[in-house]
Amino acid sequence: MNRQRLSAWWFAGTLLFALLSMLVPLPAPLEPFKPYWPALVLLYWTLESEDRVSLGLAFVLGLGADLFDGVLLGEQALRLCALVFIVLRFRSRLRFFPMWQQALAVLALLVNDRILLLVVRLLSGATMPPASWWIAPFVGAALWPFLFLLLDDLRMRLRLQ
Amino acid sequence: MARPRDESSPLFAGNAAGTLRLIVYLALALVLMVLDHRNGWLWRVRSMASMVVEPMYRLADLPSAGMRTLSVAFADRKRLTEQNQRLREDLLLANARLNRMAGVAEQNQHLKELLDTQRSLDINVQLARVVGVDLGAWQQRLVLNLGARDGVKPGQPVIDAHGVMGQVVEVLPRTSVVMLVTDPAHAIPVVVDRSGLRTVAYGARDGSGLVLPNIPLAADVQPGDRLLTSGLGGRFPPGFPVGKVVAVAPGVSGMFRVAQVQPAADIDRSEDVLLLHDQAEPDGPPVPVVPAGPPATLAPAPGAANGGAPTAAASASAVRPTLPRATANLPAAASATAPAAAGSTR
Repeated sequence: MNRQRLSAWWFAGTLLFALLSMLVPLPAPLEPFKPYWPALVLLYWTLESEDRVSLGLAFVLGLGADLFDGVLLGEQALRLCALVFIVLRFRSRLRFFPMWQQALAVLALLVNDRILLLVVRLLSGATMPPASWWIAPFVGAALWPFLFLLLDDLRMRLRLQ
Repeated sequence: MARPRDESSPLFAGNAAGTLRLIVYLALALVLMVLDHRNGWLWRVRSMASMVVEPMYRLADLPSAGMRTLSVAFADRKRLTEQNQRLREDLLLANARLNRMAGVAEQNQHLKELLDTQRSLDINVQLARVVGVDLGAWQQRLVLNLGARDGVKPGQPVIDAHGVMGQVVEVLPRTSVVMLVTDPAHAIPVVVDRSGLRTVAYGARDGSGLVLPNIPLAADVQPGDRLLTSGLGGRFPPGFPVGKVVAVAPGVSGMFRVAQVQPAADIDRSEDVLLLHDQAEPDGPPVPVVPAGPPATLAPAPGAANGGAPTAAASASAVRPTLPRATANLPAAASATAPAAAGSTR
């Protein structure tokens, strides 16, 4: 019981930490390299414990991120919902991919996410972003193996589900 | 460790229920976005949720604040001494200039009192610190550490030592959000310092600075011109530097010329900013000038009016008016201030 509660806290804590690291500013030259942390952490949990992640959770997390960001209420909710839906659909296959293939899949998901974001922004009247805007998904995909191993290792060590 | 496969994660085929739920959620998100885009009530939700949002901002600020503290703690003594020396010299220079200005300012004040204008050169400011929070890559926004409890109101201009930075767009109880002048949604009325041309500066769409998109072809704007706030519109007080023109080129339509402007303020490097407190003039057209002159009771015969009835401005610009003229003007000045006061409270 206690362990179950602890693992629930760990689950919520990682998601909250992802939101927080989305808000932490980087030095200006590194700014375009910042990966989309909430998507990465949510991806990990979708792959590892699907019974806890649902479209509803993705929606709520996205709404929270929108609230912090102050952009457009519902924008990240839409993106995270689409992401989680795709991952849930292909989850059984993604789990058995070797790490480099998984990273490539993550890259595809993150690029797809950027395209969604671009569509939403263009519809709301923004202009095309600079080329450096497309770097972030690649950084996210490159970080994916390390994030995955780190979170997995921590979970094993803490003996959480 | 084989897990029994269940309905919720089929290997190949998708189930209709999942797709349906996705469509419902996507539609919900779209509706939210459209509603928010139309009414902008995200901010109302935000001020309700500020209990959660503000501590998160403070938490997110911790790394950059820590970096700042560390950089001070580990900065070598020599650099700090140099910086201290430089600041002291700057202060000395600024103080010397101020002392010289004080006399001029006083004289200016007297002249303005004579001219009966409401404007003053005093500025009433509040120092605020920038909270290091990343509000998304495309956002030209800043978060300040003062909010409604410190008396911050939406619309207040924000400046730094070099010029105008932007204006407060949203106020939470303990933080506030500033829209920078480089935001594409921001416009600021400016005047070209050299030629006196009035125009409006918008944030550049690529976030690189400001643009003046509609300068008449015949107007006199050159690279190097300084832009000041013109004070039109009543939000920004007049006379603060906004930026410098770096390039002027013909617009796409060929009807206007377009100038690129580099902002005067240190938009992405300022850590401390100033919030202006007096929101200069009330909105609306200026109060109609009451024809000034001696009151009807003192009016001379119609034939002598040409020589004897000076306008208020003319008599005020004469620094030492003769005695009879001054006495004749006193009631007129009083009658001119009364409608002005009535107009400003409107």
